[in-house]
Amino acid sequence: MKKLLLIFFISLAFSFSIKAQGELPTLKYLATDLTNTLSADDILTLNKILSAFEDSTSNQLVFLMIPTLNDYPIEEYANQVAQKNKIGTKKNDNGILLLVVKNDHKIRIEVGYGLEGALPDATCNSIIRNEILPFFKEDNYSAGVLAGVGAITKATIGEYKNDAPKSRKRGKSIGGWIIPFLIIIFSFLFRGRSSRGIYLGTGMALGGFGRSSGFGGFGGGSSGGFGGFSGGGGSFGGGGASGSW
Amino acid sequence: MKKGLLIGLSIGGAILLGIILLIMWGVRSYNNLVTMNEDVNKNWSLVENQYQRRMDLIPNLVNTVKGYANFEKQVLTDVTNARASASSMKVTPEVLNDPQAFQKFQQSQGQLSGALSRLLVTVENYPELKANENFLQLQAQLEGTENRIAVERRKFNESVQTYNTTIKKFPTAVFAGIFNFKDKQYFEAVTGAENAPKVEF
Repeated sequence: MKKLLLIFFISLAFSFSIKAQGELPTLKYLATDLTNTLSADDILTLNKILSAFEDSTSNQLVFLMIPTLNDYPIEEYANQVAQKNKIGTKKNDNGILLLVVKNDHKIRIEVGYGLEGALPDATCNSIIRNEILPFFKEDNYSAGVLAGVGAITKATIGEYKNDAPKSRKRGKSIGGWIIPFLIIIFSFLFRGRSSRGIYLGTGMALGGFGRSSGFGGFGGGSSGGFGGFSGGGGSFGGGGASGSW
Repeated sequence: MKKGLLIGLSIGGAILLGIILLIMWGVRSYNNLVTMNEDVNKNWSLVENQYQRRMDLIPNLVNTVKGYANFEKQVLTDVTNARASASSMKVTPEVLNDPQAFQKFQQSQGQLSGALSRLLVTVENYPELKANENFLQLQAQLEGTENRIAVERRKFNESVQTYNTTIKKFPTAVFAGIFNFKDKQYFEAVTGAENAPKVEF
């Protein structure tokens, strides 16, 4: 009987963890603000900084801002979001999540296994207290986030090197040359017919491509693109620090 | 005569084939169980590492706090005692198969957690201490360790669940019985873990 009860409670706990998982956001960019606090310019700047950082170090630093957690512990949420999105590479576990919960006034830096040496808890704590929170207390979120990103990148820049940066890969990828190639083929196909046919053909080729890459037609067939994020399989063990203001 | 021999041979062959298949199946189940068992042990050692890390942090913390005039002695003594009793427990992977030993291990670590959180609450009354950079760093490390313990415990529980489910499911259960793979212990849920997050976007 006791055993049965135990099994019941364990399965209950398990079902909750599944339920919790269903509400976790799937991140598509390195910087995401779900509260609309930061301006489009700020987000663009952040994405630029973060993708340059990933290109040079292979470290994935991801920024996420959400409105509220409704009393759910930020440590658990940050860990689950980071695990679910597989931030960091599988080889080095070098992902970092900078999570800001705006209305709860809570912040956390969640550090992957591979960066716990370069970014120990005490350093995260000091970055939060001394670099970020002074700005947040004045409601200056963009300056706080930028200061935090600057401090985190500075602390982790020497740890790993990126052997295959995206910018180099992009040139070699099929997407780079297949679009012009398709355009030429289509224009040849429709040659001799009306000139409208040519436009239609190229338009179709481009339209088809924009859709298949799932990516607003900007950046072409590259994986991820500018500031785009795709997890590399990194793992997290709860390293990092939290703070509130 | 010849026909009877042929029938006998083919029956014998079929039985032999059956036995070979059964053995292969058994070997595969066994190897699978060994892998899972090792996975549980690996996750257990990760949990233990974090508990050890907490033990290592405590002397520093106690020394930093001790320096402050008239800091409540009882709180510090409690932490030191709880640490001593927790570190006196020998922990081997066999503990996982022994419900009583596992319970004891959880209890002693739980007492240490309690004593530590009382210490951190008491610190609230000492503004000077709260502004001390050294103390703040130790506190961050301690919080980080507590969080790592929680994460590793969760991962450990997940691997135990997979293992326990597998050894109970037919037909693996038969082999688990033959090779003596036993149920392993879970960590009890941490309070607060049952509140699922409701995040509105």
